[in-house]
Amino acid sequence: MRIAVTAMGKDLDADLDPRFGRALYFLIVEPNGSIEEVIDNSTNINAMQGAGIQAGKVLADKKVDVLLTGHCGPNAFKTLNAAGIKVGVELRGTVREALESFNRTEVKFASSPNVEGHW
Amino acid sequence: MVIAVASGKGGTGKTTVATSLASVLGPAGQLLDCDVEEPNCHIFMNPELHTSVTVNLPVPVVDMSRCSRCGTCGDVCRFSAILLIGDEVMTFPEMCHGCGGCTLLCPEDAITEGVRALGVLESGFAGPVEFVHGRLRVGEAMSPPLIKEVKKRIKPEKTTIIDAPPGASCPVIATVKGADFIILVTEPTPFGLHDLRIAVEAVSALGVPMGVILNRADIGTRDVQHYCDEQGLPLLMEIPHDRTIAEGYARGELLVHAAPRYRERFVDLLNGIRDLAFQPNDRPIEATS
Amino acid sequence: MKEIVIISGKGGTGKTSLTASFAYLAQDCVIADCDVDAADLHLLAAPKVLHEEAFHGGVKAAIDSTKCTQCGKCTEACRYGAISDDFVVDPLSCEGCSVCFHVCPSEAVILEESLNGRWFISESRFGPMVHAELRPGEENSGKLVALVRNQAKVLTGKSGKTLVLVDGAPGVGCPVISSVTGADHVVVVTEPTLSGMHDMKRALELVQGFNIPASVIINKYDIAPEMGQRIQQWCLEKQTPVLGLIPYDAAVTKAMVHGRCVVEFENGEVSEAIKRIWENLISQTTS
Repeated sequence: MRIAVTAMGKDLDADLDPRFGRALYFLIVEPNGSIEEVIDNSTNINAMQGAGIQAGKVLADKKVDVLLTGHCGPNAFKTLNAAGIKVGVELRGTVREALESFNRTEVKFASSPNVEGHW
Repeated sequence: MVIAVASGKGGTGKTTVATSLASVLGPAGQLLDCDVEEPNCHIFMNPELHTSVTVNLPVPVVDMSRCSRCGTCGDVCRFSAILLIGDEVMTFPEMCHGCGGCTLLCPEDAITEGVRALGVLESGFAGPVEFVHGRLRVGEAMSPPLIKEVKKRIKPEKTTIIDAPPGASCPVIATVKGADFIILVTEPTPFGLHDLRIAVEAVSALGVPMGVILNRADIGTRDVQHYCDEQGLPLLMEIPHDRTIAEGYARGELLVHAAPRYRERFVDLLNGIRDLAFQPNDRPIEATS
Repeated sequence: MKEIVIISGKGGTGKTSLTASFAYLAQDCVIADCDVDAADLHLLAAPKVLHEEAFHGGVKAAIDSTKCTQCGKCTEACRYGAISDDFVVDPLSCEGCSVCFHVCPSEAVILEESLNGRWFISESRFGPMVHAELRPGEENSGKLVALVRNQAKVLTGKSGKTLVLVDGAPGVGCPVISSVTGADHVVVVTEPTLSGMHDMKRALELVQGFNIPASVIINKYDIAPEMGQRIQQWCLEKQTPVLGLIPYDAAVTKAMVHGRCVVEFENGEVSEAIKRIWENLISQTTS
């Protein structure tokens, strides 16, 4: 199972980044905490529009199964849905803590976007 | 001849000037309201609008049976309006800028163009004056394509007055581009001067002759006059603050009705603009009653 | 953290002057000037720039004349009329769609990152301030507005402030949409004129479409009290709270000329009205 976590840094002790489309990094991890890949999201941070959509595509191309983040707008949500990626929202703390929530099956999975559209 | 009325700062009197010019032109004139986000000219001109057309932006529609999943559409789109996710091509019509790139470049000809409604274009007459305006659908982000549609109604044999949106960004440029003269309306306050500078800088690149009208000319300082002197910008007219005019405006009354002494001033203004824009073959304008 | 956005629909109703007065009364907030096209708040806030960055909005095409064979495929494909007869791209018209780049058989088109403006983090007379300047003529897509708002939110974290006051743009297009989405409350400043009422309705329609609580202020109301009444009546029917009415007063302009907001400049009727409105706004947004 491949889990993507939006992060402010490159390791498990980094703070979770509450944003999805313009998150600083995506950490692709296994449930046991081993880091498969660290993706630098700076191209999207600077995108004029559609950051959430492009971020969704990145995760789809990386064959991610689950996303753990803070919030997710409607375009990003549609994209992730189309890719079959489950969207966990309202997470906070560090990447490690988010993963622990997931392993304890405490994560709230969104059935719709939890913020309005934004650039 | 095409005269655009713009301003950096909102609320300085663009619509007042545009509708005044249009009403003194009479049958020789056209008024195009290109402030499509908040069109106000109709409030003062009271046109009879006989035509209403929905203006659309072309957006991609994909025939998945022809799609080879190559992903070219998403690769060329700069606006994230179309992309390949897994086995499906997703489109986001509200992100689309209507550039036609995906449609043109799809190797399988799998993309055709549908529409996204931008707003409406309405036209008619306000007495003898031809009237056209665009009204952007609320929630629609892009105004330039609707503005361009309104401008297609320019008749070269008439004198066209265009009311521009406030500011100095792309909707304003889309409106004033191609005009023979640009009037910049401002007020004598620090905000008015600051935004006038921005507007001048924005439209200077177009190389169109400009002039300034100072509205509520006595409420602030003389800094705008000094700026116009420095820049060699003609100060075309000063309109003093006048409570009667303000009250008339509040009711939706044309300036030239609330204060008929201004009719002649606006006729003179039109002739002055013709001189500044070098239109030697046009006849001077006569005041219409 | 609470975010209040002040917009107007119609320009010139007094949104920036009021935002400045509110910031002064709030004593403890971060201000964001999201009217990036014609930013004026700094004229009253006197910001000292602490940090400045360039803002790139997209790309612009340019044609390398040494490679261009003048085949015309780009001109045919460009839907924005941005390429001249002698194959020069007009940056003011170029939408950055890159179609010309893709259709050119000679690789003569270069896409350059477009410098659209600059944004600033400053310390102002009213507190921490984020503001920006769009380069004149550039596209105001909303991205710069979003950036300013995000930075303002980040600043609340860093500075311990809990309120962001946003000065929005006129109209109902891109930059306004970008100013209001996700806000806690939007205030629409209007004036007692037919134009003011028309534009206020569209602005409210936009805000309510995003399910954001909104309220209205009628500025310069004594210019046309009957019109002011009509607006109040309409707001009552639509259950949109009217925070208050402010009389027209030359003091506002006088204060502006002195680089001040009116509530710090004098103690007359206007200032009293604004203070009462501020109290109302606080209670509206605390419930």
